[in-house]
Amino acid sequence: MAASIFAAVPISPPVAVFKLTADFREDSDSRKVNLGVGAYRTDEGQPWVLPVVKKVEQMIANDNSLNHEYLPILGLPEFRANASRIALGDDSPAIKENRVGSVQSLGGTGALRIGAEFLRRWYNGNNNTATPVYVSAPSWENHNSVFMDAGFKDIRTYHYWDAAKRGLDLQGLLNDMEQAPEFSIFILHACAHNPTGTDPTPEQWKQIATVMKRRSLFPFFDSAYQGFASGSLDKDAWAVRYFVSEGFELFCAQSFSKNFGLYNERVGNLTVVGKDADNVKRVLSQMEKIVRTTWSNPPSQGARIVATTLSSPQLFDEWKGNVKTMADRVLLMRAELRSRLEALGTPGTWNHITEQIGMFSFTGLNPKQVEYMVKEKHIYLMASGRINMCGLTTKNLDYVAKSIHEAVTKIQ
Amino acid sequence: SSWWSHVEMGPPDPILGVTEAYKRDTNSKKMNLGVGAYRDDNGKPYVLNCVRKAEAMIASKKMDKEYLPIGGLADFTRASAELALGENSEAFKSGRYVTVQGISGTGSLRIGANFLQRFFKASRDVYLPKPSWGNHTPIFRDAGLQLQAYRYYDPKTCSLDFTGAMDDISKIPEKSIILLHACAHNPTGVDPRQEQWKELAAVVKKRNLLVYFDMAYQGFASGDINRDAWAVRYFIDQGINIVLSQSFAKNMGLYGERAGAFTVICSDADEAKRVESQLKILIRPMYSNPPMNGARIASMILNTPDLRKEWLTEVKGMADRIISMRTQLVSNLKKEGSSHNWQHITDQIGMFCFTGLKPEQVERLIKEFSVYMTKDGRVSVAGVTSGNVGYLAHAIHQVTK
Repeated sequence: MAASIFAAVPISPPVAVFKLTADFREDSDSRKVNLGVGAYRTDEGQPWVLPVVKKVEQMIANDNSLNHEYLPILGLPEFRANASRIALGDDSPAIKENRVGSVQSLGGTGALRIGAEFLRRWYNGNNNTATPVYVSAPSWENHNSVFMDAGFKDIRTYHYWDAAKRGLDLQGLLNDMEQAPEFSIFILHACAHNPTGTDPTPEQWKQIATVMKRRSLFPFFDSAYQGFASGSLDKDAWAVRYFVSEGFELFCAQSFSKNFGLYNERVGNLTVVGKDADNVKRVLSQMEKIVRTTWSNPPSQGARIVATTLSSPQLFDEWKGNVKTMADRVLLMRAELRSRLEALGTPGTWNHITEQIGMFSFTGLNPKQVEYMVKEKHIYLMASGRINMCGLTTKNLDYVAKSIHEAVTKIQ
Repeated sequence: SSWWSHVEMGPPDPILGVTEAYKRDTNSKKMNLGVGAYRDDNGKPYVLNCVRKAEAMIASKKMDKEYLPIGGLADFTRASAELALGENSEAFKSGRYVTVQGISGTGSLRIGANFLQRFFKASRDVYLPKPSWGNHTPIFRDAGLQLQAYRYYDPKTCSLDFTGAMDDISKIPEKSIILLHACAHNPTGVDPRQEQWKELAAVVKKRNLLVYFDMAYQGFASGDINRDAWAVRYFIDQGINIVLSQSFAKNMGLYGERAGAFTVICSDADEAKRVESQLKILIRPMYSNPPMNGARIASMILNTPDLRKEWLTEVKGMADRIISMRTQLVSNLKKEGSSHNWQHITDQIGMFCFTGLKPEQVERLIKEFSVYMTKDGRVSVAGVTSGNVGYLAHAIHQVTK
């Protein structure tokens, strides 16, 4: 038999965050803690199916009028409209003016990918492989891959995290925007920046918007944590809504994985804000073509759950309560971790733990210290020093705090 | 001004356009023979009993909603591979394959297309049968490959142009990619017989082509899952390491749940591991990981003996109803007094029938009789019921006499 055509296919390295969880699973040490992958956990360290989700799933199961027919290419209409409404606000001028489009997508990733594929084909002329795409330094590592696989050849970083002061490098960010070629695409985290947990303040967002408008830069928002960051949907959507009110055309990739706990149902939405209805209509028609060759039409279950919840005032309130429960637990863990570190006298300042927002915290631990945490203490976190606050519980807070203390004092 | 002023309006999807026009029609006798989704004899969507049972079982287990692995639900992918390859398959038992969960048939085709674009350096050309499913071309094109064609359907006989196919395939440049419909060819319903498959396998092997099977109707074509997978299994037995896309949209009625799988038959398990790692690298920037619901249902059915048995009965039921509608259509056409040879309607197999009707005749069917189908004369037999088969025969006779 001839040699296989795939004989030369090399093994590719596993995605870091999943390898971390795989290693965690294999670890038999009873003290082990998983502060890696970004999924919410209860104080018992368990996944949490939101009570409102359970209720709605039961409603769906009992509804014999429902079947498993194909959704339209762009998705379930009630889902799309409600999802965009959540991002932009009930009183959004863009919605009132009928210049908002939505594409139901496979999670936030899917929304990013459809948006990226569209931009590569249609933004600023018809061939954008050379248009620069700016990703924050650091960012979710999959941002790079999404835009690369969509065909963009020039992916750059913009200054974001200031390691020295453990905060936003606003000046660096604004400088990069001033220097960026006109019409460049910028991926902005709507809230709860992943992995740093550091968001611009409203004043800082205003400065960012001013520069972006002047330099004709395109805002592509990634909104994966709306509601989850502060506990308030409106507060977490402030930046997106501000840009809309400033007249920007923009994309917003939304994920309902975290705020609805629907991780494996792959529920996402790409919100498109355009100048007018006609432009949005044409954009959506082209996005349909892209969707058709990627997944044809999106999965039904998760969209139904979200649509049902968002369109019922009572269920909507219940959902907001569930979201606040998650956000509050995270805030509590932040406060508790910080107070322990300060009580231990762990070298350095730890206010960033409570000042950062969302699921993640950039602890400031360096790779050697992280290695110590993983190997000696069986506490699994990313090499970047990123921890998932949801992995903390009242039971493991002491152990984690002491371990961080050890790592910082023993290892430089 | 807008960023999007220059964006052209995309053309409407021809198949979905049929359904949209149908919906707008107020004629009580209207028939939707456009999109390929199964309907029961009352013209209603059919949720399989085994699906309902599987859903109830899943609900009672109160599972969490944690992310699936990038490659999907392992119980599902393993069962999918076994369903396609057969439990006695050497390739399956030796583990020299990788199966990843895909977003139904389209998503699985796309992953495969992207994988070939990235790792199959020998050729950029994908040979499709003439005609093929309309979405094959844009899928492979968007993945960065080029489309070619081989003769397949003979419009004069409404059946397979086997001589033409063999002639064309024997001339395909070595190491090109050839796509074959495993069963129930879409849109023609014309499948090779087993002796013809054997000859196709021989010529494909001789030309050293990379074979890409699209199997969207296993079980749905003949009613027998093993019979419908015969060509796939034969090719593998002949030492042809195929790649395969599967869909559970039709045979389990899981359309909107997007359950599918992409498989690569490899030289050995080590190669399978390497290929798997690269498939994951392709999937992650597309949608990170696949949706759980459909895969969970399919897995429950395939892996629970009672449910699997029930499923096999139900899928046969669907196939049998389609076959029965074909038979009734032909007999009704005879009753109408049609002098044409309509044998191809019962010779063809699966959801679709290439009637042989010309665009002008289709136009009349739509306008005068509110019978909706695509311009190429393709009929979704699933849309025919014992209640409307008479009307359909009457309408077809009127436009062809």
